[in-house]
Amino acid sequence: MPVTEQSSAPDDPPRDALDRRVATLWRMESPRLIARLMRLLGNLDAAEEIAQDVFVAALERWRRDGVPENPAGWLSTTGKYLAVDRIRRRDTQRGKYRLVAASTPATLEPDLDEVVDADLADDLLGLIFMACHPMLSPDGRSALTLKLICGLGNDDIARAFLTRPATIAQRIVRAKRTLAAAKVRFELPTGTERTARLDAVREVIYLVFNEGHTPTSGQHWVGAELCAEALRLGRMLAALTPADTETLGLLALIELQASRLRARTGPHGEPILLEDQDRSQWDRLLVKRGLAGLDRVEQLGGTTGPYALQAAIAACHARAPRAEDTDWERITALYDGLARLTPSPVVELNRAVATGRAYGAEAGLAVLQPLLADPQLRGYHLLPAVAGDLWCRNGTHERAREYFLQAATMTGNGAERVTMQARAAACAGGHPQAGAAPESGSGSGGIG
Amino acid sequence: MIPDRPTKEDDVRYMVMHYQTQQDEDGIPPSLEKQAEIGEYIQGMALSGVFLTGEGVASSARGARVEVADGTTRVIDGPFAEAKELIGGFAILEVDSLDEAVEHARKYALQVGTHRVDVRKVNEFEDLQPQTSQ
Repeated sequence: MPVTEQSSAPDDPPRDALDRRVATLWRMESPRLIARLMRLLGNLDAAEEIAQDVFVAALERWRRDGVPENPAGWLSTTGKYLAVDRIRRRDTQRGKYRLVAASTPATLEPDLDEVVDADLADDLLGLIFMACHPMLSPDGRSALTLKLICGLGNDDIARAFLTRPATIAQRIVRAKRTLAAAKVRFELPTGTERTARLDAVREVIYLVFNEGHTPTSGQHWVGAELCAEALRLGRMLAALTPADTETLGLLALIELQASRLRARTGPHGEPILLEDQDRSQWDRLLVKRGLAGLDRVEQLGGTTGPYALQAAIAACHARAPRAEDTDWERITALYDGLARLTPSPVVELNRAVATGRAYGAEAGLAVLQPLLADPQLRGYHLLPAVAGDLWCRNGTHERAREYFLQAATMTGNGAERVTMQARAAACAGGHPQAGAAPESGSGSGGIG
Repeated sequence: MIPDRPTKEDDVRYMVMHYQTQQDEDGIPPSLEKQAEIGEYIQGMALSGVFLTGEGVASSARGARVEVADGTTRVIDGPFAEAKELIGGFAILEVDSLDEAVEHARKYALQVGTHRVDVRKVNEFEDLQPQTSQ
């Protein structure tokens, strides 16, 4: 992670209640508003522009007349009004929000409601599909999704990704340009195309989650914010596609992983491995939700999907009251399934850890051996860390020591380096502590 | 310009508790229209991605109250007087701020129809750590 500049104005000036309320409503209502406008106008820039106008009009109007009892309704009606107005007069309309601020939405012609009375959920899903379009770069997708679907500003997104607002703005502009150039319009595909697009959305959500979840970013609070956004997105998508087992699987996976967020760092920010965590610190509500989500996946018959399998692995950890109660045989079987479905060196590495736990170090080393020469894992510090652990359990202490030292040089995390050096030193003394294996985590990207 | 989003609070869960109506206490099920409103509200909250869990409770006639005086417990069977002073149900929301939770509570009060909704922060693990005097 690059070191970034400080955000320019950390201390906001005191804001009044209306400012705060409108900002909160932007966060809550702008995604739906933009989604509906997008569908009406077929143009993302125009939709965003009108959404902005609607909120500016709201500020002005509400400051004068007070906030209506149903602000969301007011925003939506005003949005429709401006959109239909724009459709009718495709010319420039400077100062149009003043027009709205002066007239009331009650003057709307009644038939306009029917024009735009489509399903809100469809609108939202269409906007999500657009923001997560497979043609966009991963960076572009994440930024656009956080902006449009989570209602975050460039500053928020930049802070979360430890970069500058200008960089985020550029990613968003580039993504929108790509969409415009390809003439991507509001679309709700069906069949296999729908599945593919949902896969792309899930990929973005898991990417955002992992960006926040990865300990190398160091600053816990920053990561926590991205995890929270990913959870919000996952819950939205699950509400939009309640019978999609892979979406439910993804949500269960990230809720179970998030349940351990609090327990995975010590008071000085040092990572605490899964097996050493104080399980009483795990978030019980998230565990319960994750397990319930997985039950639902089972009822729907979707346990063989990649996210469902990873969630099932995370659930094995969640169900174990103590580390020694972990059902490693089941975890190994689940990793075997995952390796068949989505083979990757990282899955193999996790499978080696699980196999070592379930069937002994020899069995684990058999899975690990081919990975030691895998070019994709070169530079990945968890490879020598796992190797060190398995050799250590095997009683081959000198070899274990070499691997632990190698892991210590490779890790970018200071606290982890200390842990690896300590384990290497313990091996040298011939009395290695029965340390925990580097966490096999719960998924392909989920080591740690 | 749209005001910036208020600075995110550290703790993000709120318990939103609504008070029951006399009708709830009398055990009269909500009308079909009301049920549709409730359904719409819950779907709206789910689409916002903030709803974690929630439950509603039955009339106090089907409950009891435990009171303690001088270290002795006493059980009082329902129903209780002051029906409108009783909680009718709760939802736990994961949100950015108290403001956001309040906005959902407002919607609930209007859409579902109740005279009062309390919004309370859920204690997190950190809140329960003993204060060290330093």
